[in-house]
Amino acid sequence: MALDVETLRKDFPLLSRVVNGRPIVYLDSAATALQPRAVLAAMDQYYEQTHANVHRGVYATAEEATNRYESARVTVGRFVGAPDPAREVVFTKNATEALNLVVGSWGRANLSRGDAVLLTTMEHHANLVPWLMLSEQLGLELRYLEVDGQGRLDLSSLEHALEGVKVVAVSAMSNVLGTINPLRHIADAAHAAGAIVVADGAQSVPHLPVDVQDLGVDFLAFSGHKMLGPTGIGALWGRAELLDAMPPFLGGGGMILDVRLDRFLPAESPQRFEAGTPPIAEAVGFGAAVEYLETVGMEAIRAHERELTAYALDAVEERLGGDCTVFGPPAGEDRGGVLSLAFRGVHPHDLAQVLDQYGVCVRPGHHCAKPLMRVLGVSATARASLGLYNDERDVDTLIEGLAEAGRLFA
Amino acid sequence: MADLEDLYREIILDHYRSPRNRGELESPPAHRVEGFNPLCGDEVVVTMVVEDGKLADIKFAGTGCSISQSSASLMSSAVKGKPLDEVHGLIRTFKSMMSIHEAALADEQGEPAPVDVRKIGELAALQGVVKFPVRIKCATLSWNALSQGLDELAAASAG
Ligand SMILES: Cc1ncc(COP(=O)(O)O)c(C=O)c1O
Repeated sequence: MALDVETLRKDFPLLSRVVNGRPIVYLDSAATALQPRAVLAAMDQYYEQTHANVHRGVYATAEEATNRYESARVTVGRFVGAPDPAREVVFTKNATEALNLVVGSWGRANLSRGDAVLLTTMEHHANLVPWLMLSEQLGLELRYLEVDGQGRLDLSSLEHALEGVKVVAVSAMSNVLGTINPLRHIADAAHAAGAIVVADGAQSVPHLPVDVQDLGVDFLAFSGHKMLGPTGIGALWGRAELLDAMPPFLGGGGMILDVRLDRFLPAESPQRFEAGTPPIAEAVGFGAAVEYLETVGMEAIRAHERELTAYALDAVEERLGGDCTVFGPPAGEDRGGVLSLAFRGVHPHDLAQVLDQYGVCVRPGHHCAKPLMRVLGVSATARASLGLYNDERDVDTLIEGLAEAGRLFA
Repeated sequence: MADLEDLYREIILDHYRSPRNRGELESPPAHRVEGFNPLCGDEVVVTMVVEDGKLADIKFAGTGCSISQSSASLMSSAVKGKPLDEVHGLIRTFKSMMSIHEAALADEQGEPAPVDVRKIGELAALQGVVKFPVRIKCATLSWNALSQGLDELAAASAG
């Protein structure tokens, strides 16, 4: 069923803002998404009626707070197909912290000098720098799957690249190219080679139906704020047997069974990985965001964004012709709604500045993917990224602004 | 609301499209300084030769947005061949022109502090940049490299 974007847009207060005398055209959802009123209301209601610290409280509101926090965990876990969400979903600050948790806990416990890790050259720094940091300490062999001329992973030598590898860490969808990577294929090959698979779902979980069992991955990291939730919360889903065998990440309150002066016993997963007071209101908001996405329907969201991506790619080609290049695969099955633009003779920073005059929010820069920028042969791109609340008019305004930038700098 | 025309004045676009003093002087003998703007990945390389108390020659290279490139080009035209004390004076004037703080103090509406256009000539075209605070770093990139280079040369000749 097609999305009723017109109606749905009314749920997002920020979309009624006017900037530089123009209605805002928000095309930066890959950086962070906007929040529907339902998310804001759930958090307000939590603070106004319930707020208390979670776990170990006996009084009514403390028990309610715990229930709401834990039920958000289950909601978020079910959303990505977790078989046992109450045990397998760890709340973190964001996707970055979730990936650091995997590297710092699983990596430190399971990798040693000379072990091979397979990454890709399209990774966000969040799925790259933690591995580089661990490698500085342990001395790992980091290998990389390359990106081909269409912005897809070159998997022709996957089996060879996997030889002796202990872990594969790969983005489910690129935040620069929009490429949706074939995770199932990679995971099957990785498992056959005896490696586990860490998926960076920061861009895929907000925009595609995601099921960890269908994908066959072992860990999945994602952020609440990129999927209509608040900032300050993200999640790591991990296979229960892996999480249960992992050492704690941060130490403190809430993550222990017992503490003596000379030792401690860690709690079970997920509490083991959640030291300190967690982001409770944010978890409530995260849960509400997931419920909103479920009500709209991930299949419908994907269909809408896929169509709009095709519309945008066509529009750029037809109306801007050879002046504007969009990196990444052509519209289709494996292409998400991220458009990284290069405009002849106009620096991304200038493009974004001109677009701002049209109320259009796009992001210039390297998008935390500097190695990929080098592969593409640019220092930066201007990135427009789509969300469920965008429509063809937004794309038209983008094109109008780009054409003006072209005229200004011609 | 700040206007795009304040930022992209004709002189700026002209220096962006046809930069002056672009390239690198052979170093040594020229002194070479690199500058980075982590925000947008811009890079500038400034090479300079000081002789007889004058900035005898200067070139800039690198990649960047219209503001960083035109600012480098305008800078090179303004300082080339000038006595060092005059160059230092221009650097000071330019930096104060780029200071949001002073601009805000000068006028409640956030209009930039008036600069003596006779003293800085074409550089005045960059005045509008202060209304776009994120772009100030772009405009000052090459100036900081120049200023660093002159300091290094002064320290080297003193030592
Ligand atoms: C692919 C990808 N991975 C990881 C991240 C990190 O997300 P966060 O900054 O929310 O931790 C991002 C967001 O910028 C991303 O696009």
